[in-house]
Amino acid sequence: MRGSLAIIWAIGRKDLLLEIRNKDVVVAVAGFALLVLVIFTFAIDLNQGNAKLVGPGVLWAGIAFAGVTGLNRAFALEVEGNTLEALMLAPISRDLIYLGKALGNFLFITVAQIIVIPVFAVLFNLVVFRWEMLAISLLTTLGFAAVGTLFAAMSVRIRAREVMLPLLFLPVVTPLLMAAVESTSHVVNGRSWSDMAQWLQLAVAFDVAFLVVSAFIFQYILED
Amino acid sequence: MVSQSTQLAVKVESIVKNFGDTAVLRELDLSLPTGEVTVLLGTNGAGKSTLLRILAMLTQPDSGTIEIMGTDVSKNGPAVRALTGSALHSPMLYAGMTVRENLMFFAEMYRLTGVDELIAQNSSKVGIEPRLDDRVRTLSHGFQKRVALARALMHEPQLLLLDEPESGLDSQSVEMLDRIIDEYRSSGRTVVMTTHIVEHALDLADCAVVLLGGRVGFNSDSPKQDQAAIQEVYSAHSESTYSRAAGAQ
Repeated sequence: MRGSLAIIWAIGRKDLLLEIRNKDVVVAVAGFALLVLVIFTFAIDLNQGNAKLVGPGVLWAGIAFAGVTGLNRAFALEVEGNTLEALMLAPISRDLIYLGKALGNFLFITVAQIIVIPVFAVLFNLVVFRWEMLAISLLTTLGFAAVGTLFAAMSVRIRAREVMLPLLFLPVVTPLLMAAVESTSHVVNGRSWSDMAQWLQLAVAFDVAFLVVSAFIFQYILED
Repeated sequence: MVSQSTQLAVKVESIVKNFGDTAVLRELDLSLPTGEVTVLLGTNGAGKSTLLRILAMLTQPDSGTIEIMGTDVSKNGPAVRALTGSALHSPMLYAGMTVRENLMFFAEMYRLTGVDELIAQNSSKVGIEPRLDDRVRTLSHGFQKRVALARALMHEPQLLLLDEPESGLDSQSVEMLDRIIDEYRSSGRTVVMTTHIVEHALDLADCAVVLLGGRVGFNSDSPKQDQAAIQEVYSAHSESTYSRAAGAQ
């Protein structure tokens, strides 16, 4: 178990090191999401009522669309250098490669959110710095990384991968997006944990199911 | 008592591999003994690299069975990969990381201990110590291939798979490669390599296998003695392949 965790961490840490040097993914995700937020602040009359009503949807739509850009890039880098094959040569099970790559994607999207969520709070003038928001953010990011890593691996060898990944990813993460938007709505309206419990449970169930299923399917995607 | 299967480094039975409508390997059978250097010869498209990728478990055959060191690869992939080291056509390195970081990362993937010492030993063996802290993207292709070789050697695999290892290397590096292959043979381990430089390969090899159209066309246990016959088969097939290609144009 400790050995497996060390492998997963090593793959995630390697992705983080490359990202710190290249800044390919975080800049793309944060930049795209910030752009969406700024466009909506101009497009919508942001009085307090409107901001609470549409703000959560705008935030998570922005992060979801931006996340697709980053997920595409994160896997493309492995394929361009054939390094995915080098990982496949190692005596480790394929699910560890999946979990390591998912960890890397989780870290990238989390870092992007550390930039995006404070900007969202300022632009929409909403109070979001609560523990509930941290839980929503981490659960949603975990789900994005779990599904996105699988679909990025599936679509990376396809010629039209930039089109294919959002087509696969966005419909599947819709329940998670609903949970994130509804929970964030409760947060900006100052409600308590118990009000959003069912949405958080949905997010937890989604994350567990997709982590397990994706780790299992991933080995078949890597072959050929 | 050791079974016949465990005395073989590689046992391939009825391997078939098609890419779309193109048959690359057709019911290929091959047995390679341990502790010997085997060269796979053949023209472009003969199936050498595909066979090597199947042995490295990067490509799945459509049918057939493969045993490496007596273990069925379809039943215990990670254990077989631990016995195998591969330096294939592409160096497969992270360009944004230094040579040392690459080697350290892959050492973690192989769960190796004493990593600093292993890196020192293997980088000295392939002559990359002065460039250990340089990013891979700053290295020439030849240097990158040396790093890939160091990575393949680090876990001291029982079976070393080399796909055209001399391509992109200067003459000094080829000598270094020959020394490593000799060292491997004398330590009782097995090397399987593909190459297009037939004369050099036959000097180096204990066994030579010529692949013709996805099958074993010629198999020799004494390649130096059979040099003329191997050259003849190889050249005849090269000419027919060239004629077919020219005719198709």
